[in-house]
Amino acid sequence: MEILQTAFMQRALLAAVLVGITAPAVGIYLVQRRQALMGDGIGHVAMTGVGLGFLLSASPVWMATLVSVAGAITMELIRAHGRTRGDIALAMLFYGGMAGGVLLINLAPNGSNANLSSYLFGSLSTVSPADVTAISLLAAFVVLVTVGLRRQLFAVSQDEEFARVTGLPVRALNLLIAVTAAVTVTVAMRVVGLLLVSALMVVPVAAAQQVSRSFVVTFVLAVVIGTAVTLAGTVTSYYQDVPPGATIVLLAIAVFVVLTVLAAPLARRRARTARDTEAELDTEAELPGEREPATTTATTATTGTGATT
Amino acid sequence: MAISAESAQRAGARQDATTRPGAGAGAGTRSETRGGADAASGDGAAERTRAHDAGESGAAPVISVRGATATLGSRSVLRGIDFHVRSGEVVALLGANGSGKSTAVRSVIGQIPLTAGEISLFSTPLRRFRDWSRVGYVPQRTTAESGVPATVREVVSAGRLSRTRLGWPTKADRAAVGRAIELVGLADRAKDSVSALSGGQHQRVLIARALAAEPELLIMDEPMAGVDLASQEILAATLREQVAAGTTVLLVLHELGPLEPLIDRAVVLRDGCVTHDGPPPRAVGQHALPGHDHVHPHAAGEPLRTGLLT
Repeated sequence: MEILQTAFMQRALLAAVLVGITAPAVGIYLVQRRQALMGDGIGHVAMTGVGLGFLLSASPVWMATLVSVAGAITMELIRAHGRTRGDIALAMLFYGGMAGGVLLINLAPNGSNANLSSYLFGSLSTVSPADVTAISLLAAFVVLVTVGLRRQLFAVSQDEEFARVTGLPVRALNLLIAVTAAVTVTVAMRVVGLLLVSALMVVPVAAAQQVSRSFVVTFVLAVVIGTAVTLAGTVTSYYQDVPPGATIVLLAIAVFVVLTVLAAPLARRRARTARDTEAELDTEAELPGEREPATTTATTATTGTGATT
Repeated sequence: MAISAESAQRAGARQDATTRPGAGAGAGTRSETRGGADAASGDGAAERTRAHDAGESGAAPVISVRGATATLGSRSVLRGIDFHVRSGEVVALLGANGSGKSTAVRSVIGQIPLTAGEISLFSTPLRRFRDWSRVGYVPQRTTAESGVPATVREVVSAGRLSRTRLGWPTKADRAAVGRAIELVGLADRAKDSVSALSGGQHQRVLIARALAAEPELLIMDEPMAGVDLASQEILAATLREQVAAGTTVLLVLHELGPLEPLIDRAVVLRDGCVTHDGPPPRAVGQHALPGHDHVHPHAAGEPLRTGLLT
C-alpha cells in the first residue's frame, strides 16, 4: 500500500485512529448526560489556547489542552451550581474563548488567521512528530479513564442524585468527565478541527444507539464507527482532493442515516413486543375491579403476573 | 476502618440478614409471606412491630431527624420537623403535595442541606456518614432512562457501586445484581433496554437498583407513583420480603394503598410540620368500606398513564 509509505500519511492515519477511538468514548457520557454540545463549547474555548501557543511560541496542542481543561472545569462548575443564568455564563465563555483566540493569534509575530484555520478545520497533512507524541499521550489518558471507570461514569451520567447516595465521589467524577472531554477536543483538533470536534463525539454515538439496547454495545459500536469513518475519511482525502475533517463528519452522518433506516423495522418489532407484554398486563390489571373480596383479588393478580413475568 | 464497630452494631439487629438472599429467591417463601400478611391485614403489622421491639431493646434509631429546617429558594419547606425510624420499622411519610415530605427524605440522604437541626443515620451525624452501602435509595422518578440505551442489568448494577466504589465488581457483586433483578420479577427482561419497559417496570428497575447493594435501610420516594397494578403487587411483595428479613424502610407515600398492611407507623406532614406520628391513619369515607382493597381505583387509570411514559 503506497499510502502507508510516506511518513506524513503514517502520522495522519495514526492521529485519525486515535481520534476515532477517543471522541466517541467521551462523547457517549456527554450524550448520556444530554450535554451533547459541550464538546462544541470546549472547542471554542480551546481557540484561546491555540492563540496563546502561537503568541508564546509554545506548542499549540499543549496550550490548547491547558486552556480547554480550564474552560471545561469552569463549565462543569457552572452546571453543578445550577445558576439560573448558567446559559448566559456559558455563552460568555464560548464566545470569549473564540474572540480571545483570534485576537491572540494576530498579536503573535508569526501568526495569522491562516494558521488558525488549520486548527478550526483540521490539517492532517501538517501533523508533526511532536503532535503525534502529544496526541498519543492524551489519547492514552482518555481511553484509560473512559474504559477503566465506565461503571462509575455510567452511574454518574445516568442518575447523578442516586450516584451521590451510593457514596461515589460524584463531584470528582463530573470534573473528570469535563477534563477528559477537554483533552479529547485537543486530540481531535488537528484531525477534524475545533469546529467539527463535537460532531465526532456525538454522531457515532447517535448512530450506534439506533441499533443497540445496552450501554456496552453502544460504547463499542460507537468506537468502531468512529474509527472506521476517521480512517475512511483520511484515506479518501489522500486519493481525492477533499478536506479530511469535513469528509469524516459527513461519512459519520451517512452511517447514522443508514443505521437509522436499517433499524426502523427492528425498532417496530421491539415496540410491538413491548406493547404485547403490556397488553397482557392490562387485562390482568382490570381483573380486581370485577371481583369483590380484597384478599382473593390480590392473590389472583399476583399469581397471574407471576406467569407473565 | 469502622468495620468492627459497625459489625458489632449490625449483629444484634440483623441476625437473619445472612439468610436473606436464599429466602428471597424461593417462590414458596414468597407466597407464604404474602398469604400471612393478606389474611392478617392489620394484626400482621402489630405482630411484626412487637417482634422488632423485642429484638432491638433500646437500640439507637436508624434514622433520627431533630428540629430539621430547610428552605428551597426563599420558601421554607421544613419548619423544624422531628421523627425517627428504629431498626426494622416501616415508616411512611404522608402528606399532601407541597407538605415537604419529599424534601424531608431528600435531606435524610444528604441531598438537601438543612438550615437548622440535625440528622443522623445509624447513629452517625449525616455530615460524617460514609457507609452508604447500608442505605438503598429509590428516587422519585418516572423513568430509568437516560440519553443512551442501557439494559435493566446495567442500570441495576449501578446500585452495587456503593460496595465496589471505584473498583471492579467481583463474582459476588454480579450475583447480588442478579438476585436484585429476580426479586422484582424482571429476570427475563434483564438484557432488555429499559426504554422498552412500562412505567411500573421502570419503578421496579429503580427498586432493584436500590436492593443491589443489599441495604439495611431502604428509603423510597413515592415508589407507587405511576405504577400499574401488576407492578404494585410485585413491589408490595418485594417489600414484604425485605421487611420480613429485617430491612428498615422509610417511604414517602401519597396514600397508603396496597402497602398499608406493611406499615408500622405513619408520620404525617403538613406545611413543613409534623402533624401526626403514630399508627397509620384509618381510612375514611369510601376508602373504609368493607372489601375495599385500596388498589382498584387505579386499575382503569394506570395503563393510560403508563402509555404516556413510554
